[in-house]
Amino acid sequence: MIEVRFHGRGGQGAVTAAEILAKAAFEDGKHCQAFPFFGVERRGAPVMAFTRIDNQPIRGRYQVYEPNYVVVLDDGLLEVVDVFSGIQDGGKIIINTTNDLKIEEGVKVQKIDATGISLDVLGVPIVNTVMLGAFAGVTGEVSLESLVKVIKETFKGSVGEKNAKAAEIAYKKVKEE
Amino acid sequence: MVLKVISANEAVAEAVKLAKPNVIPVYPITPQTTISEHLAKFVADGDIDAEYIKVESEHSAISASVGASSAGVRVFTATSSQGLALMHEILFVAAGLRTPIVLADANRALSAPLSIWNDQQDSIAQRDAGWLQVYVENGQEALDSILLGYKVSENSDVLLPSMVCLDGFILTHTVDPVDVPSQGDVDKFLPPYKPVNFLDPENPASIGSFTDPEYYMEARYAMQEAMEKSKKVIAEANKEFAELFGREYGFVEKYKCEDADTILVAMGSICSTIKEVVDDLRETGEKVGLLRVRVFRPFPEEEIYDALKGASKVGVIDKNISFGVGGVLYNNIKAKMCDIDSYGFILGLGGRDITPSTIKEVVEKTKNPTKDVQWIGLKEEEL
Repeated sequence: MIEVRFHGRGGQGAVTAAEILAKAAFEDGKHCQAFPFFGVERRGAPVMAFTRIDNQPIRGRYQVYEPNYVVVLDDGLLEVVDVFSGIQDGGKIIINTTNDLKIEEGVKVQKIDATGISLDVLGVPIVNTVMLGAFAGVTGEVSLESLVKVIKETFKGSVGEKNAKAAEIAYKKVKEE
Repeated sequence: MVLKVISANEAVAEAVKLAKPNVIPVYPITPQTTISEHLAKFVADGDIDAEYIKVESEHSAISASVGASSAGVRVFTATSSQGLALMHEILFVAAGLRTPIVLADANRALSAPLSIWNDQQDSIAQRDAGWLQVYVENGQEALDSILLGYKVSENSDVLLPSMVCLDGFILTHTVDPVDVPSQGDVDKFLPPYKPVNFLDPENPASIGSFTDPEYYMEARYAMQEAMEKSKKVIAEANKEFAELFGREYGFVEKYKCEDADTILVAMGSICSTIKEVVDDLRETGEKVGLLRVRVFRPFPEEEIYDALKGASKVGVIDKNISFGVGGVLYNNIKAKMCDIDSYGFILGLGGRDITPSTIKEVVEKTKNPTKDVQWIGLKEEEL
């Protein structure tokens, strides 16, 4: 089983990202589960969301404590939340940042300027679909094709097209690095 | 079969659409809110031909539900926690007037202290109102239980409302694959509601009127009789449902109970985690089982006793507390089955996460009991 933990702030779309990832994995023929953990429900507050992907039906109904992958939508969270908590040996963490970060040993980090990509393509700093594109590129746990399909189903019309494009750009960018 | 990756709240809304209610009075409250949102959209888009009443409180939501149901139409409402508590007065009226309303409750802790997270205190506190209560394990069962709820409640031998209880956030906000049945199949299972007694201008009558001591007890006795009769109706509905949809539900679900020395008893989404733990422990040779109580009212004492009688020790898990006596499921089992060696455990209140290690602790403490009722997962340093 693959377990993913998303860290974001209320309003950034971490919960939607977790759901899109689950749906994309389902499109790939896997079993899936995604759920949020809200602190207080307000814009800007730290939010976690989780996705589980497996070849078997998923039964566990508890939070993810030892993720294979961590996705951080906002590098400001590194100062308030231990985003590395419980990450498995050989685990990977994908962070939206342009800064030099102090990183724990043994963890592979993929940095991406998701805010830059989202401002270019979407015109707003909503980075969830960009981060999913990066996730697909870095981990290979979900196909870009399924991801793009689910993004277009989730956001209708031109918003969906733009978000799909943003994900594709991030996917290619991490593949090139 | 069309599998959709949706949350249990969306599954409930899909079920309501398929059940074709005529009136939907709801008031939004976390974590039920997305049910009301999905239903509002269905009505606005014309996918459900219903009157969607935006009421000013949950007391009004259930009052409007009673009014509409008394007029002889199918009604749905949904709430959670403080909302269900605010409905308390009218929940008894709904049952007493024998209105077959179906209500989805997104299980959430009760204040104080204020909590938006899951436990089952809210619906457990309404157990004596005269409603049938079902606790579901996942989104699929939430969808199916709405359809089963109408089927059973509207049966003329029952005519009591149904409460479908689904764990807040753990189910309401979790997406996983759910089979959404076709309208054609649902129409076969759930034909349009034919009311027996209803407010009819052609045959004027009043209902719920002042009743003196000459008649009140008989009305209450009739409700108890209906609750007893509902067991047969539930069994038949489950059978018909299984034939049409291929999913079979019982009053209880026995998971590896047959040869188990230790059996845990629980309700709701926690049972999925317990099944995982049962499988883990079985691999190490421990004979552990799970009895999932699905129907809580009417209380299926025969089915529970039958499943537990062979076990040497039983641990009953409650995500509620009746202060001064312990968990309500535990006390119901203890009162009805004094020869079962059972122990009560309180856990998961106010959203405290329940992990496999929490469950393993319950198994250990069931095998080596020190107290009748124990709280699991308390932070000693905070006490």
